[in-house]
Amino acid sequence: MAKMTMVEAINMAHAWEMAHDPDVVVLGEDVGTNGGVFRATVGLQQRFGATRVQDTPLAEGLIAGAAIGLAAQGIKPVAEIQFMGFIYPAMDQIASHMARLRNRTRGRLTCPLVLRMPHGGGIHAPEHHSESLEALLCHHAGLRVVCPTSPLRAYGLLLASIRCPDPVIFLEPVRLYRFMKQEVEDNGEALPLEHCFVLREGADVTLVTWGATTVESLKAAEQAAAEGISCEVIDVASLAPIDHETILDSVVKTGRLLIVHEAARNCGVGAEIAATVAEQALYDLLTPVRRVTGYDTIMPFYRLEHDYIPSLARILDGIRAVMGD
Amino acid sequence: MDRSVDPEIAAHHKPGTSTTGDGAEDSAAVTGADGAAASAAASAAASAAAAIPAPAIPAPAMPAAGEARVVARFEIPYRACLDRDGRPLGPLPSFASDVELLRRMYRTMVRARTFDAKAVNLQRTGKLGTYPSCLGQEATHVGVGAAMHPEDVLFTVYREIGTKFWRGVELYSVLMYWGGDERGTIYTRNPQDFPFCVPIGSQLPQAAGAAFAMQIRAERRCTLAFVGDGGTSQGAFYEAINMAGAKALPLVCVIVNNRYAISVPVSQQTAARTLAQKAIAAGIPAVQIDGNDALIVRQVVGEALARARAGGGPTIIEALTYRLGDHTTSDDATRYRSREEVDDAWRAEPIARLRNFLTARGAWNDTEEEALKRACAEEIDAAVKQYLATPKQSTDSMFDYVLAELTPALRAQRDEARRYAQRS
Repeated sequence: MAKMTMVEAINMAHAWEMAHDPDVVVLGEDVGTNGGVFRATVGLQQRFGATRVQDTPLAEGLIAGAAIGLAAQGIKPVAEIQFMGFIYPAMDQIASHMARLRNRTRGRLTCPLVLRMPHGGGIHAPEHHSESLEALLCHHAGLRVVCPTSPLRAYGLLLASIRCPDPVIFLEPVRLYRFMKQEVEDNGEALPLEHCFVLREGADVTLVTWGATTVESLKAAEQAAAEGISCEVIDVASLAPIDHETILDSVVKTGRLLIVHEAARNCGVGAEIAATVAEQALYDLLTPVRRVTGYDTIMPFYRLEHDYIPSLARILDGIRAVMGD
Repeated sequence: MDRSVDPEIAAHHKPGTSTTGDGAEDSAAVTGADGAAASAAASAAASAAAAIPAPAIPAPAMPAAGEARVVARFEIPYRACLDRDGRPLGPLPSFASDVELLRRMYRTMVRARTFDAKAVNLQRTGKLGTYPSCLGQEATHVGVGAAMHPEDVLFTVYREIGTKFWRGVELYSVLMYWGGDERGTIYTRNPQDFPFCVPIGSQLPQAAGAAFAMQIRAERRCTLAFVGDGGTSQGAFYEAINMAGAKALPLVCVIVNNRYAISVPVSQQTAARTLAQKAIAAGIPAVQIDGNDALIVRQVVGEALARARAGGGPTIIEALTYRLGDHTTSDDATRYRSREEVDDAWRAEPIARLRNFLTARGAWNDTEEEALKRACAEEIDAAVKQYLATPKQSTDSMFDYVLAELTPALRAQRDEARRYAQRS
């Protein structure tokens, strides 16, 4: 079994599905000869041909819209938006059409497709290249929003997303593309969508997170353990629809909830999780829910980005706060 | 193959009727540098497994300092078959000898117009929601329908009921749609056709995608997409036609120029002298036609579709027509256009024109006209009855089609909606 990075696992999942399903087609800016700016699609055009891996004109709205038309005709498009900060021109297609084609035609037309994009900051990228906009998408019924945080989960969740009958927005944390290597078996096995992954079991605090902040969250849990605090770390992974059950079960067990995300706090997905816990498990809580998130500011240029992204120190203080210290 | 030069269009081009006038700076044949690049892209798209070659961009010879030389010229042909009174302007296309086809086109145009008047009345009496009248645009809508093959895929805006009717969409479905019920989008015939599209221009990237799917599978069918004059101002229009040109997609785009986007006339929408010429920037052949002449619509759209199906790439057709009614039942067009203008437009309306043509050929008479009107009225009354008798959907239907399967959270909300469901 090969050890590989997350971006390599994403590439391998593409290749598996293209080899096993002739309807899978890859499109986007620079996905062909160049193999994607992060190399997620490298080698696919050489292997599967220029018909199945095609560069598109530079227009995100077109990429999203064309993917809808392709999918309605029975092609399974895996389309790349080069950075999540460029998703705005595609929002009309995503919100007005992709999310609601099934509903507005009572199931006559559907658009199963995957729209992949790098998510979040932390790699010293230029302005507009580091955004975390998942809340924008989760607000729209009819979409699935998925965010893997390891090579194994990237492989299994991408396969699940391509095979899913619903449109899936697949967020790839840029900081994690080459962060670690893991053994990933190329066996075509998908992981379940709508399912949280418990990355670390614990008894005192439920630490709910997703995306690149899983890294700092796991580190914080490690350090908190040295202080005698036992944290359960949950990677939400599917942001829409959310597996609230796993989160609620954990909160009932620990009585304390800390939510960590890189996106801005205001109307973030963390607010939805906190509200659901308040509605369904308020009396199981021993202390108030807390959030450690990106600030409600514009994502700064990169010299300040690590002051924006929740740091180990902020998360540790968050853990101490929900412990009542 | 240089697909950007259309021999059919070139052959029918009448210099005297070119709408580009004689200004050298904007009179242009779709050839030269753009044509070369487009054919390079077309051949690139055709060679599936090979690496895509970089298209050769010919470098123009350097002019002397301060001089300019023309590097490309373009022109937009204008085509028509009948004059305002239905008299042939010249030799007619061969399909015009198919009297049964012409009679069917005429009947569908009358059917659309009769339905349209009924729908407006239903809205006025509170039995239908906001409705956009197609009055005056029937030749464009039905001409397109008559040119398409069943296996082609149709993307409309929201006014083209003539095309929908031709392709088998039931009157009942259109009433259901504008009557606020999603079941009006369930098409049993041509079920790959997309439903009406309300956000202006946003259907075009999807149409390009559908055409892309046909090209990827090397199918001999194509996509037809309507857009209005206002829709050509949208970025989505440019993005879609640009891709269609770059990849030589089997897409035919019909711009229905009915002169107004609600109240804004085309002259305030763009400085372009034709909307067809917007195709030039995308390297696509374009033609302007008389959209109130059902014969030329059927002919030019048919030529473009045939070329697209054969791998010859996209075409843009600007159909000049006029919206004789209000934008929708919520609009009052007397606020922004004169009585004289509308009266003049009525003199060019498409149904009387085709009836005159058919009558002069002995292919239509008053008895048939009366019978058609009676049949339309009966059919429409039956559809209206069926629509008015259809109970609204259960609240479950709001939840059933959000995703392929109900999620636990949606199931809980569905149950809540059931408890509070309104009876009527």
